[in-house]
Amino acid sequence: MSTETAVKAAASAEPKEPLFSKKNRKLITDPFNDNNPITVQVLGVCSALAVTTQMKPAFVMTLSVIFVISFSNLIISLIRNTIPSRIRMIVQITVIALLVTMVDQVLKAFVYDVSRELSVYIGLIITNCIVMGRLEAFAMGNKPMPSLLDGIGNGIGYGAILLVVAFFRELFGAGTLFGVQIIPQFMYDLGYENNGIMLTSAAAMFIIGVLIWVQRSFNEKLVDVS
Amino acid sequence: MELVNLFIKSAFIDNMILAYFLGMCSYLAVSKTVKTAFGLGLAVIFVLGITAPINWLVNSFVLQEGALAAISPSLASVDLSFLQFIVFIAVIASMVQLVEIVVERFFPALYTSLGIFLPLITVNCAILGGSLFMVQREYAFDEGIVYGLGSGFGFFLAIVAIASIREKLRYAHIPPALRGLGIAFIITGLMGIAFMSFAGISI
Repeated sequence: MSTETAVKAAASAEPKEPLFSKKNRKLITDPFNDNNPITVQVLGVCSALAVTTQMKPAFVMTLSVIFVISFSNLIISLIRNTIPSRIRMIVQITVIALLVTMVDQVLKAFVYDVSRELSVYIGLIITNCIVMGRLEAFAMGNKPMPSLLDGIGNGIGYGAILLVVAFFRELFGAGTLFGVQIIPQFMYDLGYENNGIMLTSAAAMFIIGVLIWVQRSFNEKLVDVS
Repeated sequence: MELVNLFIKSAFIDNMILAYFLGMCSYLAVSKTVKTAFGLGLAVIFVLGITAPINWLVNSFVLQEGALAAISPSLASVDLSFLQFIVFIAVIASMVQLVEIVVERFFPALYTSLGIFLPLITVNCAILGGSLFMVQREYAFDEGIVYGLGSGFGFFLAIVAIASIREKLRYAHIPPALRGLGIAFIITGLMGIAFMSFAGISI
């Protein structure tokens, strides 16, 4: 009897939130559409677009960013009450730089060719505004668990855009997906040619511009009124 | 002559924004009016011109394999290049802070016009990207300085150009869903194609 009340007391003192409560689910799903890092928050465009000429580097980049953003969110959230606010930027950058260095070393060790292809863009995750942005906007004021979920959600929302852009660029620019030829040979024999402009940086801008256009046509509340 | 060539190459052909997408966040956020774009552009030229040579020195005298041999021969096999990211970003953050203090003390007029942009530059990808590209392409010291200034100038050109276009766009009929961000991306793409015509120019 006494143990039961003790358990009850503990439970009422700390209302346990289920891992996949509605609020936590929203943290993960929101960044897909209503609060997408790239098309709505406009953060993290920098290091993203250059890696989208093919699916493979885009996929590796997505994984790296999800890892960095979720763990930096978690770490900063754990130590958020001990960081003096004057030097919080430096602390945040150091944590991010540490995680990015880990990612970089792992990539160099296991997938060296992809690491060469991504070149400086892995390092640029450090200054990728989406990571800093989420730390400032979310992790500094929330508990570790929601922060981790927020990081994962934003990483996935960011990666989804990367993969969509990479899909179009690789399919129309090289006729392949993940390096596998998709457009059949007889099309080339009939005079079909790869669209060279898809491999240039300009095409990535066009695709994102159009993505934003499509998204905002379906989602009226995102329309820029100014 | 080669340095002039490098300047033109880094400003026009390898433009930070239009060819490498670096610094896109601030580029999109601050390009609503020409005045603020001008301020940010100047600050970027300034900081890139300073951090590129400093990071060059740090990289070749501390981080590179064998660089520490000058201190003691037993350190000749030490390769600290895995610390590159952390050291570079620390140098950039502290330089930005230093530049901010110096500018505030000696050039108050410039300080008020740069305003919030100076501290923001720490997280501008173009600055870190400049240093990383410089190391990757193995530039010499003088080339590093010119590369820093040139790519800063390229950023300045691109952001002022898009800001002027966006100011005019307010009077254009754009589909509501495309207004603001969407059209800014598409115009950046068009500018990128225009800048591509510089490819192959050399003096």
